[in-house]
Amino acid sequence: MYYIDLAVTGISFGCMYAMMSVGLTLVYGLLRILHVAHAAVFALGAYVTVLVANATGSIALGFLAAVMVTPLFGMAIYRLLYEPLLKYRPDVPMIASVGLLVLMQDAFRIIFGEQGITFRRNAFAFTTFNFAGVTVSAVQIAIVVTAAAVFTGLHLFTTRTRIGIGWRATVSRPQIAASFGIDPIKVRYLNFAIGSALAAVAGGLVALLNNLVDPGIGFVVSYKALAIIVLGGLGSVRGTLIASLVLGLVEAYGTIFIGAWLDRDAIAFLALIVLLMIRPQGFTGVRTA
Amino acid sequence: MSAYEISIVSIIGINVILAVSLNMISGFCGQISLGHGAFFGAGAYAAALAMVGTASVPLAIIAAALTGSLLGIVVGFASLRVRTDFLAVTTIGVNFLFVGFVRKQAWLGAEMGISGIPATGLGAAGNMTMILLFAAATIALSFYISRSWMGFAFRAVGEDEGAAATLGINSGAYKLAAFGIGTALAGLAGGLYTFFTQFITADAFDFIFSVMLMAMVVIGGIGSTWGVVVAAVGLTLLPEAIRFVNDYRLLVFGGLLVLVIRLAPGGLAALMQRAFLLTRRS
Repeated sequence: MYYIDLAVTGISFGCMYAMMSVGLTLVYGLLRILHVAHAAVFALGAYVTVLVANATGSIALGFLAAVMVTPLFGMAIYRLLYEPLLKYRPDVPMIASVGLLVLMQDAFRIIFGEQGITFRRNAFAFTTFNFAGVTVSAVQIAIVVTAAAVFTGLHLFTTRTRIGIGWRATVSRPQIAASFGIDPIKVRYLNFAIGSALAAVAGGLVALLNNLVDPGIGFVVSYKALAIIVLGGLGSVRGTLIASLVLGLVEAYGTIFIGAWLDRDAIAFLALIVLLMIRPQGFTGVRTA
Repeated sequence: MSAYEISIVSIIGINVILAVSLNMISGFCGQISLGHGAFFGAGAYAAALAMVGTASVPLAIIAAALTGSLLGIVVGFASLRVRTDFLAVTTIGVNFLFVGFVRKQAWLGAEMGISGIPATGLGAAGNMTMILLFAAATIALSFYISRSWMGFAFRAVGEDEGAAATLGINSGAYKLAAFGIGTALAGLAGGLYTFFTQFITADAFDFIFSVMLMAMVVIGGIGSTWGVVVAAVGLTLLPEAIRFVNDYRLLVFGGLLVLVIRLAPGGLAALMQRAFLLTRRS
C-alpha cells in the first residue's frame, strides 16, 4: 500500500507541475523566452487565494479572485519587461526574469512576513478518504480533478473556438497566421493571461495542500518547471503534461530509492542536465537549443 | 582596523574575485552562467577538506582552484552542446544539483556543513591581506586577458560564434578556456572564503548567491572589468552602509538587475562612458 500512496502523491504533484508548466511552455513556444518569473505569478495566485478566502470566508471566491488578478500581472510582465527586450539575445530577458522573481519573492516576504500566511478555515487540508487502505486527501482529489477539468477546457478552447485556433496557428506559423488577420500581439496577451491563470490555480491548490503560503513557495517550482518544459520538448503542451506526471512520480519514488545521496528537489535538475546533453531539442521537439 | 572592517574588506575582496571571474565567462566570452556559486562552493569544500586533512594553506589554495576548475571544465563541455538561455538553465541546474548533492553527503558534513576548519595562522588581518592580493591579481589577470589575443577571441565567440569560426577561431576551445580560468578563480575565492569563515555550509553557495553575482556583473556593465569591480565593491558595501538595503537585500538586488537590463543594458560602464563623451563634447 505504501507504493500506491506514493503513486497518489506523485500524480497529485504531477498535476500541479503540469498546471504550473503549461504557461511556461506556451510563452516559450510563442516568444522563445524562458519566463522564470512565472513562479512569481504562481506565488501571487497563492497569496491572492488565501487573502481573499480569509476575507470572504469562501475558498471558491479566493480562487476566482486569483484567476482574475494574475492574468493582469502576467500581461503587465510581458508589456513592461519582455516586449522591450525581445530584440536582444534570449538570455537577456531570461536574466531580467530571474531578477523579477527574486524581487517579487522578497516583496512577498516583506509584505506578508517570513512565516507566510495560512487559511483561517481550510476544511480540505484535513479531510482524508480511505480507499481500501490507500489514504487520499481531499486536496489531492481536488488537484487531480481541477487539472483534468482545466486541461479538458484548454483542449476544447484551442480546438473548437476561433480564438483558440488562431492562437495555435500563431504559435506554429506566426507570419501565415498574421496574414489571415490574426493579431499576433493580442495572441501574446492571451497567452500570458491564460498561462498566468493556470499558474494561479496551481498556486491556490498548493496553498490548500500545505495550508500555507510562504515567500519561497514558487522558488524551487520555478526552476523545476524549466526542467519540465525542456523534458516535454519546448512549446509542446502534450509533452509538458507527460513530463510533469513523470517527474511527479519519479520524485515520489525517488525519495525512497535515491533520497540518501541526493535531495528530492535536485532530481529534476539531474534529469534536465542529462537530457540537455543527450538531446538538446527535448524528447519530442525539433529545435536545437 | 576593527574586526568588523577587516571582515567587510575580506568579503569585498572575495566578491570582487567572484564577479570578475564570472565576467570572464559571461562578459568576455558571452557564456551566461547562473551557477557560479557551485564553483565557489566546490572550491570552498575542497579547501576545507585540505585544511582539515593537512592544515597546509598553499595545498588548500591549489585544491580549491583545481576543484573549481575541474567542475568548471565539465560544465564548460555543456556550453558546447547548448547555447544562451539553455546554457543558463543548465548552469542553474548545476547549482541546484551541487547544493542538493552536498547536503546529503556525510563526508561533506551533510546539512550541518564543515566546522572547526583549522586557521591559516595569518590572523584576520593577514587573511584579509592575502584576499586583497589575490583580488588584485585577479583584476590584473582580467585586464591582461581582455587585451590579449585570447580576449579578442573570447569576444569574437561571445558576439557571434559562426563568424568567429569563419575566422578560424576554435570557439569550443575558447569556451572551455573561459570556463576553466573563470571557475578556477571562483574555486580560489571559495578557498579564501573557507580561510575567512572557518565554517561552511552548502546554503552559502546556493542559486540566489549566483544571481547576486550575475547582478554585480550586469549592473557593473557586462564585459567591463572596471565596471564589474566597482559594482562588486558597491553592492557589497551597500547593505552594510544602508540598513534598509540590508533588510531588503534581494528586493534591491533583483530590482536593480531588472532596471539595469531594461533601461541601461550596458550597466555602469556604459553610463560612465556616455557621461565622459558628453563632457568632452560640451
